[in-house]
Amino acid sequence: MAPDYAPARRASSGIRASAAASVAPCDDAHYLCRMTPLPPALSDWFAARGWTLHPHQHDMLARAADPATLLIAPTGGGKTLAGFLPSLAELAVAPPRGLHTLYISPLKALTADIRRNLRTPVEGAGLPIRIEDRTGDTTYTQRRKQRADPPHILLTTPESLALLLSYEDAPRMFSGLQRVIIDEIHALAESKRGDQLVLLLARLQTLSPGLRRVGLSATVEDPPALARFLAPNTTILQADPGPDPDITMLDTDIPPPWAGGGGRYAIPAILHEVKRHQTTLIFHNTRAQAELFFHDLWLQNEDSLPIAIHHGSLSREQRERVEGAMVAGQLRAIVCTGSLDLGIDWGDVDLVVQVGAPKNVKRLVQRIGRANHRYNAPSKALLVPANRFEVVECMAALDAVRAHTLDGEPRGPGPRDVLCQHILLTACAGSFHADALFAEVITAGPYATVTRPEFDAALDFVATGGYALRAYDRWQRLKQTNGQWHLRDPRTAAIIRQNLGTIIDTETLKVRLKNRFGGTPLGEVEEDFAATLTKGDTFLIGGEVVRYEGLNELTVEVTRSPGRDPKVAVFNGTKFATSTLLTQRILQIFGQDRWPDLPAHTAQWLSLQREVSRLPDAQSLLLESFPHDGREHLVIYGFAGRNAQQTLGLLVTKTMEEQGLAPLGFVATDYATLIWGLDPVTDPAPLFDLDRLKAGLETWLAGNAVMKRTFRASAIIAGLIERSHQGRRKSGRQATFSSDILYDTLRKYDPGHQLLQITRDEAMRGLIDFSRIEEMLARIGPNIELRRLPRITPLAAPLFLEPGKTPVHGQGRERLAESAAIRLMQAAGLA
Amino acid sequence: MHHSFVFSGETLHALPSGALFWPDQRLLVVSDLHLGKSERLARRGGSLLPPYETRETLSRLDHDLDQTHATRVICLGDSFDDAAALSGLEEQDRLWLLRLIAGRDWTWITGNHDAGPLDIAGSHRETCRIGTLTFRHIAEATDTAEVSGHYHPKARLAGRAWRCFLVDPRRIILPAFGAYTGGLWCDDPAFAPLMAPGALAILCGQTARVIPMPRASTIAR
Repeated sequence: MAPDYAPARRASSGIRASAAASVAPCDDAHYLCRMTPLPPALSDWFAARGWTLHPHQHDMLARAADPATLLIAPTGGGKTLAGFLPSLAELAVAPPRGLHTLYISPLKALTADIRRNLRTPVEGAGLPIRIEDRTGDTTYTQRRKQRADPPHILLTTPESLALLLSYEDAPRMFSGLQRVIIDEIHALAESKRGDQLVLLLARLQTLSPGLRRVGLSATVEDPPALARFLAPNTTILQADPGPDPDITMLDTDIPPPWAGGGGRYAIPAILHEVKRHQTTLIFHNTRAQAELFFHDLWLQNEDSLPIAIHHGSLSREQRERVEGAMVAGQLRAIVCTGSLDLGIDWGDVDLVVQVGAPKNVKRLVQRIGRANHRYNAPSKALLVPANRFEVVECMAALDAVRAHTLDGEPRGPGPRDVLCQHILLTACAGSFHADALFAEVITAGPYATVTRPEFDAALDFVATGGYALRAYDRWQRLKQTNGQWHLRDPRTAAIIRQNLGTIIDTETLKVRLKNRFGGTPLGEVEEDFAATLTKGDTFLIGGEVVRYEGLNELTVEVTRSPGRDPKVAVFNGTKFATSTLLTQRILQIFGQDRWPDLPAHTAQWLSLQREVSRLPDAQSLLLESFPHDGREHLVIYGFAGRNAQQTLGLLVTKTMEEQGLAPLGFVATDYATLIWGLDPVTDPAPLFDLDRLKAGLETWLAGNAVMKRTFRASAIIAGLIERSHQGRRKSGRQATFSSDILYDTLRKYDPGHQLLQITRDEAMRGLIDFSRIEEMLARIGPNIELRRLPRITPLAAPLFLEPGKTPVHGQGRERLAESAAIRLMQAAGLA
Repeated sequence: MHHSFVFSGETLHALPSGALFWPDQRLLVVSDLHLGKSERLARRGGSLLPPYETRETLSRLDHDLDQTHATRVICLGDSFDDAAALSGLEEQDRLWLLRLIAGRDWTWITGNHDAGPLDIAGSHRETCRIGTLTFRHIAEATDTAEVSGHYHPKARLAGRAWRCFLVDPRRIILPAFGAYTGGLWCDDPAFAPLMAPGALAILCGQTARVIPMPRASTIAR
């Protein structure tokens, strides 16, 4: 990894104009150092190497006494060092015994990196500061030692911190803690890991009232919101953001296809760019697309350029090999997914390619930031739309980046399953008073609005299970004695500790090449995916086609099957929904009179749509109805994102079924839902009645797989079920049973149970995304326009090519089956 | 819909619930009820699972008894999740169970979970023989015409897991009947010495469906 501070030689060679102006020439460096409380040993050491501090690094030193600071600085701007400088300054003067600074990062790998980087100046300047990291990979002996005799600076993850705070000696360990630094805080704030972290911060603040908090971030759409997340009174420091990125859309000879993803049409053009650059990162939105792209890329890689693939489903060995080759500068390109979004420095990347519309501007900006960030030069990036519609979407994203607007959906209040886990964790460390814990919890940003009854309900769930029909009177988990809550059986603390954390892994199985020597590990697939395979099926993993041979214990055994087309493309990766901000921009582009910025093929397509129908806009809901291929079709241009459009499809077809319109199926994209059936829709208003949609949702939700998956995650986090550990799965499989059984039982016997409410809340803001349907209906008001057209429209055409069609099993199919049966009977002379 | 088959000369019905019915004897056989499981987990300081599995299991049993008009019942062991589970039952559940037992010839086979003496009506046996058939908790590889439980077999079909009966000419292994029970995949090595080639799996669901028993792909053991 590169040094986290700016070597003056590079800075003074004028690479970033705006920054260079404020970076002092070398003579002034001593003056500046005298202004700051930086210890002489450290400033001398910096000076000896000709290094000077960035202005925001000085600012951090000046603001060292503030109770909470959020530093927003571009990637590579030395923000991590900025976070540590006040700690180094304080520790150099008077190193106390015990823990002074806690550093928390979302990635294990980052803590090891930071430890190495921090030790360089500390050891170079001869400072008596002990720095250690602690993650799930730290040895047992080392972890014990750290609790008995903590280092001055401890680098860790939210999960390891949760574990530390669950021990009885936590007060002793943390009572002298002075500073806590949270790196990449924007990434944590987007998930339950962040919700848990701020609860832990509240705990730390109680243990050490003088604790100062620092948040570090590169990409923030709403700094005040992130500041509130960190602490109630946070100072925001904005570093110079650096020059704008050099970002364009890739121009190809072949226009992009009408539908589909993956951008394989652009492979020759992308290979050409790879040749012209030193190192290129090629980002994809899903693992499956990355695999397919990589496979085809190799078939066309005539010069045998060293190109590798990296994503979260590959085996650790394989990922480490790629990372090693990358750092050693042996690769010209890496095809990758979000697994490279955060963290590690990748050396001399000079081009970032984003294949497929980025769906979200913030993610795009983070990815662009991976290029050239060691120098204050603009990052260079290329967008490759995967289909015709994505051309418009990429254009909208480009506009947003240029206008410096970032997107992000507000996350809403902190989830209650995390709160339940926090109560359990607190009980592991020792007895507590409910009033005191409540007072502490509401100091955490996302939990500021938790009411006392809500808190008491969570406490009741943890203590008794919170069941309406029956209580575990004798076997409560927590008991109350003299007003203090404590574990009924202190031995259970060990089980609770094993289940801490909010990351829920999907059950995965290892994939190995089948041979006599145990076989080379290739990666992992989800258990659900493995369950669908039968012997002889071929699929893609690690860029090669393999043949499924069978399941041996918990390993999927495969053989190489080169040259054959894979029957199935790996597995479903996360499908991101296009953000609200981007869809708004797309609708704005639709509203233009002409489209001089768009490629000709896309501009013509939009003009034709305007001629035969009209383009959707933000103030109304456009519906198109037309016959095609013997079926009636309805297109709903809701622009609500993939998940919400999918939910809309389920709910609208349900109403159509009730109206006897015999829908047969539907398919959803980020911008529209296409429904086909036997009869046309003529009165659309009832289909989009909010109350009716909500009522439909309630019934439909009941047995839904999305709900069961969400339930499982919340039940694990809230401590209702234990994580299935690999070892236990192997030994006592009869003993563990599916969480679906618990879900069904609860629904049947205790439908008002808290955990079902939590599950519903989580699903509504997650995969079902009902909030965006509500948002859309609020946006359009009563303006629903149904256009009856003689034939398929240009904007609707790509929808017909979308994969992932959902059948509707209703009267439509009955009617088809009935007429087919009559025809057969007649043909046989029986009717 | 149940699945009817002939075993050791007798016509038997595999019910979709996981119970086995022998019409000629008006006998209903169920295995591994694991009553009181959530209570036991709570007692040991583990999770506080929804404490409704006993009434769920009893309501399934009640339903099958009602449908089949069975006069005899054999529970093939692990009827209670442990020796203390019986005394931990809610009064309402205990009375429900006694009501089901009343007026029926009821046999409790001892399992590994409920090995101690059980203070409940019915006869208590290690094994039991009716006609040519032997009933016990854990299958014995050398025996024939044997009906047992213990393993909780399950199988994969169409991308999901199903509890299942395993049947070959010599033995039947019943699925677990209890609501909170997991299972052992049929291709587990434990089943290899017990089930002959050509064994069938009868899956529990809306309809009892028959498939060849899934086995490990390599038999290099």
